[in-house]
Amino acid sequence: MVPVLVFAAVSLVTLGAAIAVVTNKNVLHSAYFLVLAFVGVASVYVLLEAPFIAVIQVLIYIGAIAILIIFAIMLTRRLMSKDMEQRNHQWFWSALGALVLFGVLGWLVYSANWPTVEGAVPKDPITLMGQELLTTYVIPFEIASVLLLAALVGSILIGRESDQESRSAE
Amino acid sequence: MADLINLIENWLESLILGWGASQELTLFILQAIGSVVVVIICFVIVIALIWVERKLAGRIQDRFGPNRAGPFGIFQSFADIIKIFTKEYITPEGAEKGFYNVAPVLAIASVLAIWAVFPFAVNVIGADVHVGVLYIVAVGSFGILAILMAGWSSNNRYSLLGASRSVAMLISYEIPMVVSLLVPVLLSHSMKLSDIIGAQQPWWYLIVAPLAALVFLISSMAEIGKAPFDLLEAESELVAGYHTEYSGMKFGMFYVAEFLHQYTVGALITIFFLGGWGGPMAIQWPILGFIYFHLKTFVVYLVISWIRLSLPRIRIDEMLNLNWKFLIPVSFINLVVVAIADRVMMDFDIARWIYVGIMFGLNIFILFVSLFLAGKAKPEVERETFPTRPVAVPPGTKSK
Amino acid sequence: MSIPLNWYLVLAAALFSIGLYGVLSRRHAIGMLMGIELMLNAVNINLVAFWRYIDPAKITGQIFAIFVFTVAAAEVAVGLALVIAIYRNRNTVVVEEIDLLKE
Repeated sequence: MVPVLVFAAVSLVTLGAAIAVVTNKNVLHSAYFLVLAFVGVASVYVLLEAPFIAVIQVLIYIGAIAILIIFAIMLTRRLMSKDMEQRNHQWFWSALGALVLFGVLGWLVYSANWPTVEGAVPKDPITLMGQELLTTYVIPFEIASVLLLAALVGSILIGRESDQESRSAE
Repeated sequence: MADLINLIENWLESLILGWGASQELTLFILQAIGSVVVVIICFVIVIALIWVERKLAGRIQDRFGPNRAGPFGIFQSFADIIKIFTKEYITPEGAEKGFYNVAPVLAIASVLAIWAVFPFAVNVIGADVHVGVLYIVAVGSFGILAILMAGWSSNNRYSLLGASRSVAMLISYEIPMVVSLLVPVLLSHSMKLSDIIGAQQPWWYLIVAPLAALVFLISSMAEIGKAPFDLLEAESELVAGYHTEYSGMKFGMFYVAEFLHQYTVGALITIFFLGGWGGPMAIQWPILGFIYFHLKTFVVYLVISWIRLSLPRIRIDEMLNLNWKFLIPVSFINLVVVAIADRVMMDFDIARWIYVGIMFGLNIFILFVSLFLAGKAKPEVERETFPTRPVAVPPGTKSK
Repeated sequence: MSIPLNWYLVLAAALFSIGLYGVLSRRHAIGMLMGIELMLNAVNINLVAFWRYIDPAKITGQIFAIFVFTVAAAEVAVGLALVIAIYRNRNTVVVEEIDLLKE
């Protein structure tokens, strides 16, 4: 009974925050609601007995990505006070398409026969994860580190002011 | 009597079970009471800390601290609290109401949430999660969000500037903090805080990994915004940074969050590097462990205050240089060397004190090499040096 | 296991659809990016739910989720750098106004 109530509350908060993200006129307020959606998703991970993933979600999404998004919004505000219309000309059809997609996915989920198991969560998931990452999944691990290096170098290069611009700004 | 906290808990548990509550409800009520008690202890500690800080600052600066409100000024904190409670809330025009009010609450909530995983004694811990270290880092990042919220929703140019600068500094200094926190995790082979403390008896990690302790101390002082990194609230530069537009209890919350964060950082250094609740007879008498924990935390708090009151503020570009060009390479090299040394020595099964000695030597070696290399780096901007000249010359005298 | 697996999957599907609506109908470039983040979160919920309910002994589901986190972080960094660079050149972040390549 209690897990059901908690799940209902958490999913209400998450979906409400997500709807606020995509419909809010002020893009900075949508960023704040995105943080709330991330917190909701972290709570879902805690319900699923994956505390490591929950903490990593808070650390990466809220601690880095959300702050980055808010910084970028602050750096690219044209006018400090005017809020413009946030929906483009195809919003009605995209809403319809999203609803249809949700319907199809929901029907798929309920008509499939999932082979669920009443298994127990491993006692020390972090040790297991470390071993797996360095033996079975070592190639994706190394590729992920190269990807992060490429993203680091690329974003610094792309986002840097060229010397021309900084000279003209003086 | 020795196991006071567990005694009280068992008595409460039997009391609530006797009233007919189920097992889960009893657990929930006990945990709720526990968290309320921890929060109350935190606030009481902050009240005492404000007085200690002001007296200490006064004495280091060769003046008396507050000495009017009661003997030695011990009621000064209460006078401050009454003043802050009765001040008017001035909300700037054009501020975004909801987020403006939520920001101080979020700031203090993010600091209080760290107290949930602290082990106060050998079997007194709020939540012994498997990922305690990561939880601490993750919850600390909520405070950064609070600063951004406060800076933007104040509708004030200086708040926004202060918030952006402080967030840039805070996210930069998270990296050496996390990497140097990984060293105790590596040495104790676990991320649970109780395991880290258990692995530190009898050799504290301050001796086994002093460089990690130093890097963690420096980056934590940057995280809490204490001098020499205190341009978050450089009164002479940015009015008051991101909390310019806050008055009354909202400012009081930022103030309390700052003191509590400093005490929390002291607690973190105690847990990771000073052996937590460890000490003579701490396992047989858990109440002694509780006292040792707070004693060590208070000592670290005094050290941080001492550093704060003695050093001038450093500029933001010097500060970011220090972080990216010195602290991050040093902390990464430290982690790699400690990892390799630990793995190699694990194969040989040597005595504990030889292990500690080798680790200590390695850390000091890395520290000296990095300081030597940093000393040889040339400053980027060549500064013009002007010849000295007397500024105020009395009329009639010839200048030298 | 009092919460059936289907509920988690439906929650993830709903989050994914909301993210999709966000990507397709926002005018602000960073607004679209936030929709993409919602979609990635929905995928992660799916992965962890499947890990928990179908094979909790192996840790593969969580490792897959960690890789999705990594890719999302890299993508946000590069995407925001692009948005800032475009803002510097065109002084706009509304995607409909960035149409120099259209005829």
